[in-house]
Amino acid sequence: MHQYSSKLLDEAVREFSKLPGIGKKTALRLVLYLLRQDEEEVTRFGESMIRLRKEIKHCRECNNISDTDICEICANPRRDRHIVCVVESIRDVISIENTQQYNGLYHVLGGIISPMDGVGPGDLETGKLEEKIKQGAVKEMILALSTTMEGDTTNFYLYRKFHNYDIEISILARGVSFGDELEYADEITLGRSIINRQPFRGDISR
Amino acid sequence: MYLKNLALVHFKNYEQAELEFSPRINCFVGDNGVGKTNLLDAIHYLSLTKSFFNPIDSQNIRHGEEFFVIQGDVEKDGETENLYCACRKGRKKQFKKNRKEYERLADHIGYMPVVMISPADSALITEGSDQRRKFMDSVISQYDRVYLDNLMRYNRALTQRNILLKQMSVQRQTDHAAIDLWDKQMIPLAAFIYQTRVKFIRDLMPLFREYYAMISGNEEEVELRYESQLHEEGMDELLRERREKDLAVQYTTGGVHKDDLWLGLGEHPMKRTGSQGQQKTFLVALKLAKFGFIYQVSGNLPILLLDDIFDKFDKNRVKQIIRLVSEKEFGQIFITDTNLEHLEGILKEIPADYRIFTINDTIRLISQ
Ligand SMILES: [Zn+2]
Repeated sequence: MHQYSSKLLDEAVREFSKLPGIGKKTALRLVLYLLRQDEEEVTRFGESMIRLRKEIKHCRECNNISDTDICEICANPRRDRHIVCVVESIRDVISIENTQQYNGLYHVLGGIISPMDGVGPGDLETGKLEEKIKQGAVKEMILALSTTMEGDTTNFYLYRKFHNYDIEISILARGVSFGDELEYADEITLGRSIINRQPFRGDISR
Repeated sequence: MYLKNLALVHFKNYEQAELEFSPRINCFVGDNGVGKTNLLDAIHYLSLTKSFFNPIDSQNIRHGEEFFVIQGDVEKDGETENLYCACRKGRKKQFKKNRKEYERLADHIGYMPVVMISPADSALITEGSDQRRKFMDSVISQYDRVYLDNLMRYNRALTQRNILLKQMSVQRQTDHAAIDLWDKQMIPLAAFIYQTRVKFIRDLMPLFREYYAMISGNEEEVELRYESQLHEEGMDELLRERREKDLAVQYTTGGVHKDDLWLGLGEHPMKRTGSQGQQKTFLVALKLAKFGFIYQVSGNLPILLLDDIFDKFDKNRVKQIIRLVSEKEFGQIFITDTNLEHLEGILKEIPADYRIFTINDTIRLISQ
């Protein structure tokens, strides 16, 4: 069933309204805006979306989003390769990079354990991290997941998986407010919580 | 601390309303169905960021409108602070203090505590254990943020664990290690919640007995008993022993989410042996104990909301209650009632300052 005078218009609006935070009204406004632009302009827009999806890579080392097989951070010889900071997604990498307080590598899990979202331990991308740890290439693993129940559960999962290896496992220092996502923490607070990171103790949950 | 004024737009039955309050006693008088209780509910919103009656915010928008706004100025420690709560259909509720939005609604809880006494309280006696857990949690959460936070985390872990149990049953595959992860999170949280509840009931008891004696004027022994599976064994043992059963029934059968509060008259359960008068007195005393308790631990005098509670009490008992709450140890009070003469008669006999608003098509201040 279509709402508008054109099936094409209808389709485009429906696609836009699938985006997070975009309702039907906003979707229509965006589509009408695109219609008013030059054809080349809109073609460029569409192609960039297609290329983004088709050509983007995940870094073979850390699973971060990258244009190349190895991302810029992993390829940088000045980064400390003995420290790995484990995060949920690229957004957390960006937040931590913005603090300019961290010079190690990252590992992007691509999710955290949450049965209600259908994510179990097996769905986390941990293969390369495990490989590095087994090779003895990692001295410290910093857990930098959100302080939600799901983040804590994932921390504990990683702790249990790796605590028998000869590595230090640490966790970001937590401020007074609980449940904050890394993304929203301000740079100074986040920077401080990296510097003041503490040993992770698996026998207590917080 | 008290609420100086209240402004409503499109909230429940009100198109628009503005009221200025007394720091002591405020009465909303009108027939049933004119929306007296909705004014109390608006105050409840400003305190706890939600309705006492209807948890779905959008259903509290006036019929045919798109949004509601509740606003009020609070006088606290010599400063006036503005509270603002707005809900638009299809959007996230906004809650602001002094024009600054809270990142988490839970951060506001405890700023302006309220205690509501309403006919709906009878659910505490008649309904299931969830009502009584809600009672304990709502009191503790108003002064202990760590408790509220741990409770939310426990409930979240519980939900995830239950979903996991269901998934495993559907897939006919049991992954004990995956369940262990959640158990490990729940164990310390359950222990914390349990210990806090034990202490809470112990501290509430003397206040409750005192208020019950004051209102009833007699020596009947009333009883509150905290019941929990954790009296017998720790959460770790509970989860371990019930693992197979949990997998079979696909939910978590042991934990603080099964706690209850036994309410009794002597050794008999209130639900079966209490007369209607005894039950009502019991509930009012329990809520006043909640009031006294929050004041004791937080030093913050809660606002008392009395919704239509005089309906089934005789005149003497009503007088007793109003006299009691008009004393110094209580702060600002809001009362709804249908009988103007009756209420005014009682208020004239007490020394506290009061205002009466009549509610019909319009709200009018008739005496102060
Ligand atoms: Zn990389």
